[in-house]
Amino acid sequence: MDWGLFVQLMINGLIVGALYGVVAMCFVLIYKASQVVNFAQGEFVLIGAWVCWFFLTKYQVPFFVGFLMTLAFMVAFGILIQVVVLRPMIGEPVISVIMVTIGLSIIFQALMKWAFGVFAQPFPPIFARESVAILGLEVRTVYLVSLVASLGIMGGFAYFFKATRMGLAMRATAFDQQVAQSLGISIRSVFAMAWAISAAVSAVAGVVVGVVNGVSSALSFIGIKVFPAVILGGLDSIVGGVLGGIIIGLLENLAHFVDSQWLHWGNLIEVVPFWVLIVILMIKPYGLFGTRDIERV
Amino acid sequence: MSLAAEPASRPAAAAPSAAPLLAVNNIEVVYSDVILVLRGLSLAVPPGQIVALLGANGAGKSTTLKAISGLLKSEDGAITRGEVLFDGQPIQALEPEAIVRRGVFQVMEGRRIISDMTCLENLRLGAFTRRDRGQVAADIDMVYQYFPRLKERTGLAGYLSGGEQQMLAIGRALMARPKLILMDEPSMGLSPFLVQEVFQIVRRLVAELGVTILLVEQNARMALQVASYGYIMERGKVVLDGTAAALAENEDVKEFYLGGGGGEERKSFKNLKSYKRRKRWL
Repeated sequence: MDWGLFVQLMINGLIVGALYGVVAMCFVLIYKASQVVNFAQGEFVLIGAWVCWFFLTKYQVPFFVGFLMTLAFMVAFGILIQVVVLRPMIGEPVISVIMVTIGLSIIFQALMKWAFGVFAQPFPPIFARESVAILGLEVRTVYLVSLVASLGIMGGFAYFFKATRMGLAMRATAFDQQVAQSLGISIRSVFAMAWAISAAVSAVAGVVVGVVNGVSSALSFIGIKVFPAVILGGLDSIVGGVLGGIIIGLLENLAHFVDSQWLHWGNLIEVVPFWVLIVILMIKPYGLFGTRDIERV
Repeated sequence: MSLAAEPASRPAAAAPSAAPLLAVNNIEVVYSDVILVLRGLSLAVPPGQIVALLGANGAGKSTTLKAISGLLKSEDGAITRGEVLFDGQPIQALEPEAIVRRGVFQVMEGRRIISDMTCLENLRLGAFTRRDRGQVAADIDMVYQYFPRLKERTGLAGYLSGGEQQMLAIGRALMARPKLILMDEPSMGLSPFLVQEVFQIVRRLVAELGVTILLVEQNARMALQVASYGYIMERGKVVLDGTAAALAENEDVKEFYLGGGGGEERKSFKNLKSYKRRKRWL
């Protein structure tokens, strides 16, 4: 037993899990607000990372400026996708909408490869110091920033849905669209807003992962890992999405630990989340926090 | 048939005020492009009053309210003919949120409060369209004055009793500061005592806040007590209208909606099993 490695992997799991949680929240946000299962969520992450990389390397803008530009771009992008592609699909069968989002995912995946190539590109160095020492542990700055960013986003979501006027409107729309309309809420703008927030926040996750590992098409794996997280938490629960993300992150690193110590099968880290997904669907099909009457897809 | 034939009951002429707050002129509503629900319905609601809209199940009362508030569109319904005038302006082509902004607020049937939010959050949502944010807190206090028991309920609105949910639904409507409230069956599922309480408050709202109410009710007796004017619908049309007092005295209304009436032979329970509706308007 290598406890040092164990602790290392658990911290890693927590950080990666928090990122999954953030993307899972974005996924749930779209699902709750507009009843669309967005299979292109991973591509939002990817696009966010590439766009930020593009601003930073091509125009040499400072990181902070480039990051804000990326967010602005993603807000516009999210609204555009919703208005142009998803709005005409309102009222169409669930399966058609799913096909559309799968189509979007394929198109964006190809588009990004075409525009930026298939090789991983590193971000320019952002932090002055590679690592900082916390309680005697050397922690890479990006990991620390990543964790802080994830927690910040989660706190922001909590505040938004609890205290702001638009957050309440969004919850009302998720609860019952007709009631929301009767209160004077424009459900069209709520839909557009959900997509805008979801795209922008996914981009944050993309940038963080990009800074750590470099940007490549493989980045959209987050979108795939997010499914077990979301199903585990319950498809329509934002808190569930966060917890599901963290649990999946910890589990896959635990699997990696077990694998590296005893089994030596290799790549267990990649498949374990999906075993979990299958087991959950068998014993608790509505997830930890999901409501029962959700239409399964 | 005798009543339907009487030309004296044309609503536009019979409405007491010259400039009604809401005027529905000869509207026709069709669901899913095929089902004709309202067949030339007209009514007028003068400002500062309660107007009752009565009728049997399926007469089209709720559809009328949804046609006014614009919520019809989310149920695949459409106004195919006629117009809805609010404050003299046509509103039938507006989106529901625009209609709410003009000052028409519908309290939907079955209360439809948001059960996974607290009372306070429901009330704050009622004020969604308000521009004067500073006034909202004061208005929440005002709602608590009308419905003191809502203030004590800090948990989720879904756990409130039926009566409290109805009060919350009305309170939520007040938060929007509407000129006209479309109230769909506020007495549904409430005990007679609570019905009394809710209607007393409704009466106070009209007197103290100057709101206008178009009230749809199954409880015709109660509705005619609080309303000043009433319309009776059957199969998508207004078949009779008049002041609430006149309607409450009308033999046909008594027989169809208030129970009793219809002559000597039905005064006794002995003859109840032979009761059948004597006639219809249409």
